[in-house]
Amino acid sequence: MADGSIGLWTVPLAVLGGAIRVSTPFLFVSLGECITERSGRINLGLEGTLVMGAMSAYGISYLTGSPWLGVLAAGITGALLGALHAGICSLPRVNDVAVGIALMLFGTGLAFYLGKPLIEPTAPRLPAIDFGWWSDIPQVRAALRINVLFLIGVALAPILYWAFRTTRWGLLIRTAGESSDAARAMGHSVRLIRLRATMVGGFLAGIGGSFLSLFYPGSWNEGLSSGQGITAVALVIFARWDPLLCLWASLAFGGAAALGPALQSVGVTSGYHLFNAAPYILTLAIMIITCSPKRTLTGAPAELSITR
Amino acid sequence: MTAETADSTEAVGTVAPAADSGFLQRYGGTIEYVLIPGAALVGALAVFGIFVAMFGKNPLDLYFYMYYGAFGTWFSWQNTLTRAAPLILTALCTALPAQLGMVIIGGEGALLIGALSATSAALALQGMPPLVVQITMVCAGVIGGGSWIMLSGALRQYRGVNETISSLLLVYIALAILNHLVEGLMRDPASLNKPSTREIGAANMIGSIPGTDVHWGLVFGLIAAIASYILIYHTVFGFAARVAGGNIRAAKIVGLGVSKLILTVCFLAGGAAGLAGMVEVAAVQGRTNANLAAGYGFTGILVAFLARQNPLAIIPVAILLGGISASGGLLQRRLGLPDASVLVLQGIIFVFVLASDALYGRIGFLKGKS
Repeated sequence: MADGSIGLWTVPLAVLGGAIRVSTPFLFVSLGECITERSGRINLGLEGTLVMGAMSAYGISYLTGSPWLGVLAAGITGALLGALHAGICSLPRVNDVAVGIALMLFGTGLAFYLGKPLIEPTAPRLPAIDFGWWSDIPQVRAALRINVLFLIGVALAPILYWAFRTTRWGLLIRTAGESSDAARAMGHSVRLIRLRATMVGGFLAGIGGSFLSLFYPGSWNEGLSSGQGITAVALVIFARWDPLLCLWASLAFGGAAALGPALQSVGVTSGYHLFNAAPYILTLAIMIITCSPKRTLTGAPAELSITR
Repeated sequence: MTAETADSTEAVGTVAPAADSGFLQRYGGTIEYVLIPGAALVGALAVFGIFVAMFGKNPLDLYFYMYYGAFGTWFSWQNTLTRAAPLILTALCTALPAQLGMVIIGGEGALLIGALSATSAALALQGMPPLVVQITMVCAGVIGGGSWIMLSGALRQYRGVNETISSLLLVYIALAILNHLVEGLMRDPASLNKPSTREIGAANMIGSIPGTDVHWGLVFGLIAAIASYILIYHTVFGFAARVAGGNIRAAKIVGLGVSKLILTVCFLAGGAAGLAGMVEVAAVQGRTNANLAAGYGFTGILVAFLARQNPLAIIPVAILLGGISASGGLLQRRLGLPDASVLVLQGIIFVFVLASDALYGRIGFLKGKS
């Protein structure tokens, strides 16, 4: 709008920029959930973890002046919530889906409670790297202002893919997810493997939350996350528990989520809310297309309660 | 908490056959269903007290104001019951599919769609006799909410899509539809700051139970809960549903129409939550706007789990949690606690209730032994 010369090209550019910006929390949560689910347990509470991560990152960044300490704090908070989830789930006859719902409510409530004094002040934000220096067009430059966390996430996906296939830890996690009896027969504690997998998952989800409050949208308020956590959990299912597919799916989601604001920037305001719901509609549509009642999904960890 | 652990250690290593105490043998299970959630509730309140104490508030003040704000006066009782009404209905949205082994957490979405349908019906029938409008609103709310959750059930049955995730995604989609319509097609031009639909009209409001400020929605909730109880425990349909929930293969072998069961139960469940939406419109708000997304649907999940998915137990539990949320305002004013403290307490209760599942059948003195 401000620069009329590129006209409607603003929309695809903003979607591209959005795909990079908005996808980061999806990416971190889905990679974290991928690790947890591969170990045979589902953590629906990552929605709460995401909000808690966002709040603690903002708080620590505000208090210490260092956004990177904030990111670390968000990760630790997430790992603690993961430990809580794993701890309750390891009690006999406790349903992991229900515990996830409980922690979703608990995490969100706690974040709102502790985050009340943080709505007013502004905390130092994470820096961005300018990849658009070669271009004169402001929209291109805006789209290519990329945060380091995104790059870390992109690097993490192939590393996890490799780790699941070839490392000892990857094998242990997969064994616990495919057959807890086999893991036990090998002399490993399934409970311990799942505890660690859930904590690492929570750590990553917390970092995803820190991106929300410290980079984009870049402030703390109670409407910060509306279902990104739960969408990311669904995303893992149709990414077939494959970290590389998680990366592509997150990018697609980020693009879908950026569609509403992008259209608004060129003056299309009707249907704004419907476009904002695009990621949820997309998730649902892909789940309808890819799921089947006749067979379990290929690649699904056999111990996972949600696919059995 | 400490009392619970003491009980569970006592149970270890006692396999003695039942000798006497027919009372405990007969009612031990029922006592367990009251005692364990009760203990979980007390434990959660204790932890919340410690949490609040860390912020320099006196936990005893907290408990007093919670009691006072929830059940202390006739005024607070009415406030509590008014909040309990939608909670009973949204809890049914989780409890009914639970009989079939399904975990539906999308009551909030069905509530919003029910409210939207009921409002549309009322606006379309302006000028008709109030009773006609009200009955149509009830039907529209039930059908709207019911179809919304039935969609989750159908996706699960025909496409194998996990119903927990799909119902939650549908909440966000429902909220988007509501915001879209309220700010566009159905917007009352006079609502400037808070986009809303036009009002359904004072004559069409369902009003209060005579002698109280509690609206008729409470009666709707009580009827729905009792009817659900009868349906599940005293009809062939309910028996079939519980068989299918216990063992889906056995249900198929004896020739039960599992698809029909799932769709019907999901429709009834969503219908209950849709009715909650209709009640909120026709008894409280008078119109549809974003205020309706007040979280009744999410608290309803907690109510259903705390009541162990039993429709009759939902009634007292809903009143209890309605009381907790009713006391939120007083906690804010007198103790300076943020409004989210109710959410924190609900989360702690939920965690405790689920963790207490591990205790069933492990409390020694309830097992009917000497």
